[in-house]
Formats: sequence, structure tokens, C-alpha cells
Amino acid sequence: MAGKIKAFWRIVRRLSGDDAYEQYLKHHARHQLDDAGHECHPPLSKADFFRQWQDEKWNGIKRCC
Amino acid sequence: MNKLLKNAIWIFIAVLGASAVGGIAFNRGENINALWFITAALCVYAIAYRFYAAWIAATVLIVDETRATPAERMDNGRDFVPTNKWIVFGHHFAAIAGPGPLVGPTLAAQFGYLPGTLWILFGAVLGGCVQDMVTLFLSTRREAKSLGQMARDELGSLGGTAASIGTFVIMIILIAVLGLVVVNAMKHSPWATFTVSATIPIAMIVGVYMRYIRPGQVLEGSLIGVILLLLSVAGGRIIDEHETLRLVFDHEGLTLAWWVMAYGFAAAILPVWLLLAPRDYLSTYIKLGTITLLAVAIIMLQPDVKMPAITPFIDGTGPIFGGKLFPFVFITIACGAISGFHALIASGTTPKLLSNERDIRMIGYGGMLLESFVAIMAMIAATVLDPGVFFAINSSAGVVGADAVDAVAKISAWGYPVTVEQMQNLAQQMGEATLFARTGGAPSLAVGMASIFGSAFGEGMLALWYHFAIMFEAIFILTTLDAGTRVGRFMLQDMLGNIWPKMGETSWIPSVIFTSALVVSGWGYFLYIGVIDPNGGVNILWPLFGIANQMLAAIALCVATGILIKSGKLKYAWVTGLPLSWLVTITSTAAWQKIASDDIRIGFFAAANDLTDKLAAGVLPPAKAATAPQLIFNLHLDASLTLFFVSLLWLIVFDMLRVCVRYLSGKPVLPITESAHMPSRLVEDWVRD
Repeated sequence: MAGKIKAFWRIVRRLSGDDAYEQYLKHHARHQLDDAGHECHPPLSKADFFRQWQDEKWNGIKRCC
Repeated sequence: MNKLLKNAIWIFIAVLGASAVGGIAFNRGENINALWFITAALCVYAIAYRFYAAWIAATVLIVDETRATPAERMDNGRDFVPTNKWIVFGHHFAAIAGPGPLVGPTLAAQFGYLPGTLWILFGAVLGGCVQDMVTLFLSTRREAKSLGQMARDELGSLGGTAASIGTFVIMIILIAVLGLVVVNAMKHSPWATFTVSATIPIAMIVGVYMRYIRPGQVLEGSLIGVILLLLSVAGGRIIDEHETLRLVFDHEGLTLAWWVMAYGFAAAILPVWLLLAPRDYLSTYIKLGTITLLAVAIIMLQPDVKMPAITPFIDGTGPIFGGKLFPFVFITIACGAISGFHALIASGTTPKLLSNERDIRMIGYGGMLLESFVAIMAMIAATVLDPGVFFAINSSAGVVGADAVDAVAKISAWGYPVTVEQMQNLAQQMGEATLFARTGGAPSLAVGMASIFGSAFGEGMLALWYHFAIMFEAIFILTTLDAGTRVGRFMLQDMLGNIWPKMGETSWIPSVIFTSALVVSGWGYFLYIGVIDPNGGVNILWPLFGIANQMLAAIALCVATGILIKSGKLKYAWVTGLPLSWLVTITSTAAWQKIASDDIRIGFFAAANDLTDKLAAGVLPPAKAATAPQLIFNLHLDASLTLFFVSLLWLIVFDMLRVCVRYLSGKPVLPITESAHMPSRLVEDWVRD
């Protein structure tokens, strides 16, 4: 039961974008390893990331009738 | 043995579904339980999903789960992100399901419950779901390109341009008609006006919270917002009962229309984080929560549907909108059966999240099935009302008369008895001054939902439930309104940028203000005319919206059919070709009738001529004579728009046929733009965590 609640909570967080920054950090860490030859950018701060993420998310048709 | 059992289960579902569909189709004269609708819908969906959708995925499209999707290949951690299929499903459904599937079935209930229900069920499984799934597939195979881009690449510049223009015009009409629905719901209702206005500062509070107070804490911010929204629903009663405060929120339709326009303009130029994004969070939670609640309430309560299966209004004399069953039921219910707008979400947006092609069936086909189910629930909520009450709420004063006694006499004479006391009691229970002539579909849906929620979760709170339902509809109508105005602004800036590059800069303030004002005046004009129209405006705007939306669906199906044939799948081209020809038939017939019909309630020219004659003869009362010239001009404009839509549609159909004939006779055509196969490297466990 506890496992199910946890899974549900994870889905809610993922759907709402609550964990978007954590996902971004994971992605960043993974790709830091992939192309080690490139110069390393430190990841964005949470506030900066959220700004860019929100602005990008609303670029284009996102809602229907 | 296992296989035998499975077969037995599917045979059982088929028999159950067939009996439920037969039950609702052949029931006459007696009330029928809403559970039959739910059963019929679920069985039809299950069979279509298990067999038809699976067959399309495996045989027609040939989805390939070893192939890397754009989300995997272009993964950038932001917009291209391979995502768990349930999460993509949630995003996709939240994006496609708006107010359309709620309003359309409510209006179409004037024909009785049967025509709308059958179209919602079979239109969805054979048309709408197929369109969404095939578009999603094609865009996934083409680097998540938009519908317009795919039309340009595969058919030629004509198709592409048509798709872009079509999208822009449909947006204008859509926003106008949705604005009208909200205005009609708020007209002289201080409670509703307060609650709907309160959603604006609440969204701003949430926006500031997520941006500055606790950056990125989306769920915290949303929770605060939802609590404030519920408080604003309850707080509306205090406003309503307060003698002076209620006057602040008690307005004519026209005043409210100006406010809605001012709001749309502000929303298009304000930064997204302040209004648009937080409002969208709130509307998404409220939407998903309310739809779930409605499903639970219908299953718990099992209400009886009181509307007859078919009403005499199938002959075209209906009070809500004029026009015969064919083709107008198919135009009135667009969203919920087939909606061209979905093709814009299924191309471009959703493919950027899709981690594996095998999920296309569930997200594309399944997402639309769920929207169709929402439409069925809206149909139930509209038809559990006494038919007399339903028609009293939805018939405009121009049709049944402004006086309550006249209205009930006329509606009762149609064979749907209703009394003034009954309507007064109902209005009082719902906390409204009157429920007569509250056109647009939102108030009657809210009364239906309130009576379902009230019976299931407590009768004492009817007024609260009613205003909760109004808030629920208004909040995502306003989300569509401001998101749409903004998209319209971007499209216009993009178009004008071709002429004067400076106009194309999306952050240059003069351009932002100019294009936003232009878009707002576009839909504002139709909203204004809708409000001053004595027949309620919805009867003109909604069919126009339906025709535009079906036209967009036809464009998407043209692109799909063209690509199927160009890929050498001629023998399967009927999968998209059949719904396409049906759409072309109904949109062309409807457009023809709207232009050429002699009936003043259907034909635009007939109505314009009638009004011109009356104006010339001086038989109109002064108030009507003042607005008549505007209405006449508008009727001519609507006729031209309809003609434009249907010409655009035929142009694209011929362009698609031209490409197909060239391909089939071995002449050169634009090459298939499908991206090359790259094997997927995604390991099951990390992407599907």
C-alpha cells in the first residue's frame, strides 16, 4: 500500500512538473559523463531553470478546446 | 484454455455492449438509467481499443518499438524528454480536453439523447481517435513536426498554408464562442461573476509564489490556489447576499463582454508566469478532479435520463439552434467525437515526450476515448434534467419570449411541461435570480451537474455545487481564451514578420501590443455581436465553430490519407479516408445550408434579408432597429466565412487527391519525409520508472 501511494505521488509530481528540476539535474549529470570532452557548464539554479522551463512550456499551442 | 477464456470475455463484452447500445437506441417513452450509457460507452471503447486500434497500430501504421523516438534522439532534458507513458497520457489528455466536449453535447441534446450519444461513440472510435493516433504517429516519425509543417512537406505549400490559416481563423471563432459561454453564465449573476473574477488574482498569487516565493514548488503553489478557488466559490454567496457588494458584480452581458476582452488583452501581453501558467495548473487540477467526481457520482447515483431518445426538433425547428438532425448534430458535437484541434496537440507537442512508439495507441487513441467519455457524461448531465427545464434554460428570449409566463406556455406546448414556480424554485436552489434563457450550455450543464452532485454528496449544497460547476467551466474556458489569444498573437507576429521583420520580434513591445489588440478585436467582434444578438448568438457562433473545427480535422485526415497512399498503403487508406469523406460531406452540407437555406434560423442570407425587409418596413421595435444594421453586416460576414472554410476544405482535398493520383500513376511527388530508422537504446527500467 505504501509503495502504491509512493508511486501515485511520483506520478503526481511528474505530471505537474514538481520534480522537473530533479529530472533536469539527472539529465545534466548523465550528459556530463557522455560528452566529457566538452567544457562543463554547471547546472542552472532551481529558480533559473524553472523560469526557462516555464517560458518554454508556453511557447506554441498547448491547450485545446 | 487461457485463450478460450479471453475469447469468452471479449464475446461477453461485445454482447453486453450491443445490448446496451440497443437498449438506449430502442428505448421509447420510458426513462432510461444513465448506467446504460456508461456501459454502452465502456464496451464500445474496449472493443474498439482492443481490436480496431491494435489492428491500425500493427498493420496500417506498423509501429516499431525498436525505433528511437524524437524524444530519445533529441533528449535535451527540457522540451524533448522521453517520459513514462502514463505521464504522457496525462499531459496529452489535459491538453486535448477543454470545454468543447461539455458544451457541444449539451446543445445537441435538443435532438434527444440518442443522436448525440451515437455520434459521440461511433464518431470517436472510427474518426476522432483514429485522427489523433495517426497524427501522433506521423509526427513522431517526423521529428515531432507540427501539422502545418507536415502538410507543407508532404502535400505542398498549399496544404501547409491552408492549415496555418485554418488554425488562425478557428482560434478566433473558438475564443469568441467560449467567451460568449462565459458571459452568458455570468450575466446578472453576482455570485458567478465574483467567483470567475476571483480566479484571476488567485492565479496571480500562485504565479508569484511559484516564481519568487518558492521557485519551482509547483504542487505547493497549486494546493494554495485550489484552496483559494474553493473559498471563492463559497465566498460568492456572501457577495450575493450583501446588498451593495452584489451590485458591484451584477452586470449586463455587454459590460461583461468588454471585461472579457480587456482580460484577454491583458493575458496576451502579461508574462506567462504571472497569469497563464498558474491558471493552467489550477484549471488542469480542477478539470481532472471534477471529471473524476462526476464519473463517481453518476455511477453511485445512477440517475434516470428524462429526455426522450429523439425529439420532434430533428426536423430543424429546435429552439437552441436551427437545422435538421443531419448534418447539424455532427457539426454541433465536434469535440468528443472528432476534433481537428487535437491534431495540433498530437503533432508537435506530445511526440516530444513519447519514449516508445508502442505507446502511440494508448496515448493517441486512448486519450481521445477518454475525451469521448467526458462528452457522454456531459450528455448525461444535460439529459437528467426535466426536458421542460432543459429547454427553459437553453432557449433564448428571442425564441420563447422574454416573459416567464409566455416562455413556459410555449415550452409546455411543445410537449415538455414546465411551470414558472418550478423554474423559480430551481433558480432559488441554485442561488440564481433566474434560470430562464441562460443560453450557451454552461448554466444547464451546471444545473445538471449540481443535481447529480447534490443527490450523490448532499442535497443541501445545491447552490454551492452549481457555482462550483460554473467555476469549473469558466476556469478552463478562460485558460483556452488566454492561451488562444497568445498563440494567435504569435501566429500573427510570425505572419507580419514576413512583411516587416521587426514585427516578427516576439518581445518588441509595439508589435506585442499591436498584434494582441488585433487578435482580441478579431474575437471581440464576434463576441460583441453574439451578446447583442437577440437570439443568443450561440446559435450562430457554435455551428461556425463546429464547421471550422471539422475543417481542421479534415485537413489532418487529408495529410494522413496522402501519406498513407504515398507510403504504398493504398489498401488501408480507407482507415483515414472514410472519416475524411464523412467530414467533407457533413461540413459541405452544413455550410451549404448555412449559406443557401431559406429558413431564417438556418440560412445567413435568409436571416439578413428578413432583417433588412423588417427594418425597411419599420416593424422592428426601436432597440432592435438600432442593432439591426450591425446584425445584417455580421450575417453577411458569417456567410463569407463559411464559404471561405468550405472552399479551403475542398482546395486541400483536391490538393491531396492530386498528389495521390500523381503518385499512383508513377509521376514524381514530394518525397516521404519520414526520418531514418535509428535503433532505440532506451533501457526499459530508467525511462519507465
